[in-house]
Amino acid sequence: MSDGISRADVAHLANLARIDLSDAELDRLTPELTVILESVAQVAAIASADVPPTSHAVPLSNVFREDVVTPGLTPEQALAGAPAVEQQRFAVPRILGEDA
Amino acid sequence: MTATRTELVPFDAALETYDPAMGLEVHVELNTASKMFCGCSTVFGAEPNTQVCPTCLGLPGALPVVNGKAVESAIRIGLALNCSIAPWSRFARKNYFYPDMPKNFQTSQYDEPIAYDGWTEVTVETDEGPRVFRIDIERAHMEEDTGKSLHVGGSTGRIHGADHSLVDYNRAGIPLIEVVTKPILGAGKYAPLVARAYVASLRELVKALDVSDARMEQGSMRCDVNLSLAPSGSDVLGTRSETKNVNSLRSVERAVRYEVERHAGILDAGQKVVQETRHWHEDTGVTTSGREKSDAEDYRYFPEPDLVPVAPSDAWVEELRATLPEPPAERRARLQAEWGYSDLEMRDVVGAGAIDLIEATISAGATPTAARKWWLGDLARRANDTATPIDELGVTPTQVAEVQALVDAKRINDKLARQVFDGLVAGEGTPEEIVAARGLEVVSDDGALAAAVDRAIEANPDVADKIRDGKVAAAGALIGAVMKDMRGQADAGRVRELIIEKLS
Ligand SMILES: [Zn+2]
Repeated sequence: MSDGISRADVAHLANLARIDLSDAELDRLTPELTVILESVAQVAAIASADVPPTSHAVPLSNVFREDVVTPGLTPEQALAGAPAVEQQRFAVPRILGEDA
Repeated sequence: MTATRTELVPFDAALETYDPAMGLEVHVELNTASKMFCGCSTVFGAEPNTQVCPTCLGLPGALPVVNGKAVESAIRIGLALNCSIAPWSRFARKNYFYPDMPKNFQTSQYDEPIAYDGWTEVTVETDEGPRVFRIDIERAHMEEDTGKSLHVGGSTGRIHGADHSLVDYNRAGIPLIEVVTKPILGAGKYAPLVARAYVASLRELVKALDVSDARMEQGSMRCDVNLSLAPSGSDVLGTRSETKNVNSLRSVERAVRYEVERHAGILDAGQKVVQETRHWHEDTGVTTSGREKSDAEDYRYFPEPDLVPVAPSDAWVEELRATLPEPPAERRARLQAEWGYSDLEMRDVVGAGAIDLIEATISAGATPTAARKWWLGDLARRANDTATPIDELGVTPTQVAEVQALVDAKRINDKLARQVFDGLVAGEGTPEEIVAARGLEVVSDDGALAAAVDRAIEANPDVADKIRDGKVAAAGALIGAVMKDMRGQADAGRVRELIIEKLS
């Protein structure tokens, strides 16, 4: 991680995240992300085995809801923001190789 | 790009050269009333997009909250599979961009599954008799189901030519438990049967736990079959294929068999198996190539920040352990011993799906022999003839016990009992009412029986002479004649007694 991130890594991640980056943007973002990763690495260096990794800002666990049905949206409400609607369903471009 | 098509190698020949290794991933939809992270209903078959809300549609600002019952079910499945339950377990986002998840990620678990390191056993009939195979369980984790896509505009089925998809999110967010095995090695030619037996036992188990309907035909239980071949004796695993959505027990068996034959063909031709997803075609019994492993499989998992960890206490886990039903295999063994059935008889009972029915019939007062006689005889035949599940014939265990009680009281015989079952199936009332309405009761009036016996003796003088000479075995012909005369409504034992009395 301390080696930073390569331009190819940034291009790969952008592709996975469906973000279209220009060459100029890749040139700019690669050193910026390297700085960010170096900052994170400093925190990682301080953390020792007796400090558990944190993924949440609040120290809570076991927050559950009862298994009870509550009203949701009507189909009209649910589909109101859809790019296109057909047969009361969201109509979207098909993705190659997608499972049923 | 991919290897050229090679011939299949017949299964038995393939097994002479290669050992199969299998991995089975089974998704079980839980039968909770509401979804995993929101209060939307989970009822199957509703109109599209009627069971959705901002949370399961991934609308901005919506916050998920875990369904406690689903966690309970996950822990119980884990315990029933002899897993360790993680004292600390988090959800993770599995990022991908298919429209079946409107959030652009599926909430799942990654490196901290709720249950891990378990095992179960299945019994498979081999050439040397029944053999137990141990299946090691890698993990059982919680996740949410995806929406359902309908591909339209195409001319040749679901893959080619479809130009857009229609998505229904009713299923998105329904709780799923994914149970993943460790590689199953050493099953050899029994691999297809072992795979089938494992999925069948898992289905039996989640039903016994009452955590899922496990209806494979409705998709509430789905199986992915991973398979690879290695040269016999080698301890290195080959490259695997992942066949998705194999949705019946028979298909699980066939898919394993087909992939063994396909892999062997590729390897025999000196080519390399491509690691890829494959689709199973129920109608033709073959798999076809889906997508190759690629960037799209890089899911960039990270801990779900919107959900707090699940940290089951020992006390809670033990409380749930105490609710586990008797494991199905142990229950079968116990019942077989109690009922005194042979292995073959028990196997038929299990095969007919009649174990619960027979148990209930026995507790309603019938003997194990009588209960088995009716359920595996007349009633199994009716179920088979009408393609009706045996527990949906319209005949209850209590009624079967009542019919048998009428037989034991010699008020009807086995033949008349079948007519009582006709009446039960037709909804004509209780066994007593049917016997009365149809006039089925056997004639116990000795006067009427004696008259019929006299008529039979008169009509068959040569038979009567034989009996007089001590050839009692000949009585069968006279009993038959009397039964015919009485239109079946006589107790054959009593008829026999009368014949012997008169002719000795
Ligand atoms: Zn919802």
